[in-house]
Amino acid sequence: MGAGARTLAHRSPIVSIRKVALAMAGALLLAALLFPICWMLAASLMPESRLFESRPLLPTAVTFEHYRALFDERDFLVPIRNSLLVSGLTTLVAVPVAALCAYALARLRMRGKGLVLACVLAISMFPQISIVPPLYLILRELRLLNTYPGLVLPYLTFSMPLGVWLLTGFFRQLPKDLEEAAMLDGATRMRALRDVVLPLAAPGIASTAILTFLYCWNEFLFALSFTLGPDRYTVPVAITLFRGRYQVPWGQVLAATVVATIPVALLVLACQRRIVAGLTVGATKG
Amino acid sequence: MAAIALNELAKTFPNGHVAIRHLDLRIDDGEFLVLVGPSGCGKSTLLRLIAGLETPTAGRIVIGDVDVTAHSPQRRDLAMVFQSYALYPHMSVRDNLGYGLKVRRTDRAVAAQLVADVAAALDIQALLDRRPAQLSGGQRQRVALGRAIVRQPKAFLLDEPLSNLDPALRAQARAELRRLHRTLGTTVVYVTHDQEEAMTLGGRVAVMRDGAIEQVAPPLDVYARPVNMFVAKFIGAPSMNFVPATLVGIEAPSGALAGIRPHDVTLGAAGQMHATVELVEPRGHDSLLHLRLDSPGAESVLAVIAGAAPPAGAHVFLTLPADRRHLFDGRTGARIA
Repeated sequence: MGAGARTLAHRSPIVSIRKVALAMAGALLLAALLFPICWMLAASLMPESRLFESRPLLPTAVTFEHYRALFDERDFLVPIRNSLLVSGLTTLVAVPVAALCAYALARLRMRGKGLVLACVLAISMFPQISIVPPLYLILRELRLLNTYPGLVLPYLTFSMPLGVWLLTGFFRQLPKDLEEAAMLDGATRMRALRDVVLPLAAPGIASTAILTFLYCWNEFLFALSFTLGPDRYTVPVAITLFRGRYQVPWGQVLAATVVATIPVALLVLACQRRIVAGLTVGATKG
Repeated sequence: MAAIALNELAKTFPNGHVAIRHLDLRIDDGEFLVLVGPSGCGKSTLLRLIAGLETPTAGRIVIGDVDVTAHSPQRRDLAMVFQSYALYPHMSVRDNLGYGLKVRRTDRAVAAQLVADVAAALDIQALLDRRPAQLSGGQRQRVALGRAIVRQPKAFLLDEPLSNLDPALRAQARAELRRLHRTLGTTVVYVTHDQEEAMTLGGRVAVMRDGAIEQVAPPLDVYARPVNMFVAKFIGAPSMNFVPATLVGIEAPSGALAGIRPHDVTLGAAGQMHATVELVEPRGHDSLLHLRLDSPGAESVLAVIAGAAPPAGAHVFLTLPADRRHLFDGRTGARIA
């Protein structure tokens, strides 16, 4: 007891210094991450005239003018709706299909599995700009230019490989015993996938869904190339096209960025609990 | 309940590893058969072949009167207890027990009653609403067992179900397994690498090596008349001694080896061979002696001696009683007499 107390007393300054250092490092990192967001938020609330006068960390005069202009003059709800539809649809199609592909690649014994995975990876490595012209021609032939499927289909070309790769890794980590137990309990492979594998893979599926959604939400090149007018512009395209011939409405751009961040933040917050819950599920081994 | 028959069963993995070599085995209805062997001998693969988790390269598997070789695991109506227990971590103990019944569309009230009965039989009623992560190793093992029992399958397949338990719990679980088998009377195929478990549990023991069965017989027969040196060495602890037959004064073909279990070696003031005690390991009720024969060849021999053991360095005479001796061909390892 005495020896233990001495050791503790001896060690405690070092422990507390480490704790303080860690906390400071964490705070610094957090500040670095939050700084641009604070700047964006503060600047979006300042009158256009003041934007370049001072450093807008704290707004000196608050105005909602930019936000009003965004929705009244520019009808910013349309690009938001477009982005939500396209990103949401892509995620809804990509994640289930990718989950099935990934499960097959992770579990079933078949020839050329490595080759398939390598091809999937190679496809996602293509520079995006190089497939814009062929995709454009295909979409034109299919009369899908300036439509939602005309964006969802190209988005699947990069979101599917991403999903397949992420989920293959995730499924591989799950113990095989559990599916085998389910199959001996009388479940078919698909039923075992539904009842046992998918609930356990929920954190991986949630992360994949978030990443897919984010990729689509931020995607610019395809959206710019395959939409023809404001009725189908997505958020990044719409914001880019805010710029006029002689001026850039920075206030509105910043306000639009704030608005565009909200759905993504909500999605991550919604899924976060699921991810954390999934990670704390009990281990299988005794 | 059903008998299981394996005909000319073989399994070679795609990487060329031969796990099972043309194996024939019949497991009678209601029998408790233990597959035992060193790791890598193919015993778990054999169990997985019976379960349908692996497909054989050749041969047939018949359960009852039905050839199930091409059947998927869910159509074979077997239950398996995995070494890891493989409890569904996202389900409560109740749902773990009831999952097989749910999948088979058993009436809900009936299923609830079956789960309650099994929980009572295994004394896990208090755990029904917990998740597997909240259970101890022994409790998980019971739940895994319960999940297998509740469905009343044709046969149980158990893959080293006790290996994750501590020794005290293991002995208790072993006794319980035997009792359970007596009351249920269902066919059991039990895989273990522990020869003691095989001896105490099995109605019959199948000793495996390199994907083939070396001997199948009741445990005491395997112990008393092992068919070859491998089985002789593997069954019984500490394992059997082998000395050149000529040393013991047996007339045998050249190269023959005499085998004697450490428990059968007797020490005395006079005897067939002279030896020096190298090491004494007291074990409470008896002592394990490492002896070095003074005869040419300087073989070492283990002996288990009840009562007072001679100290290390002592010179002793030892006798290998003729009626307890086994004789093996030194080259092939096969039993001669």
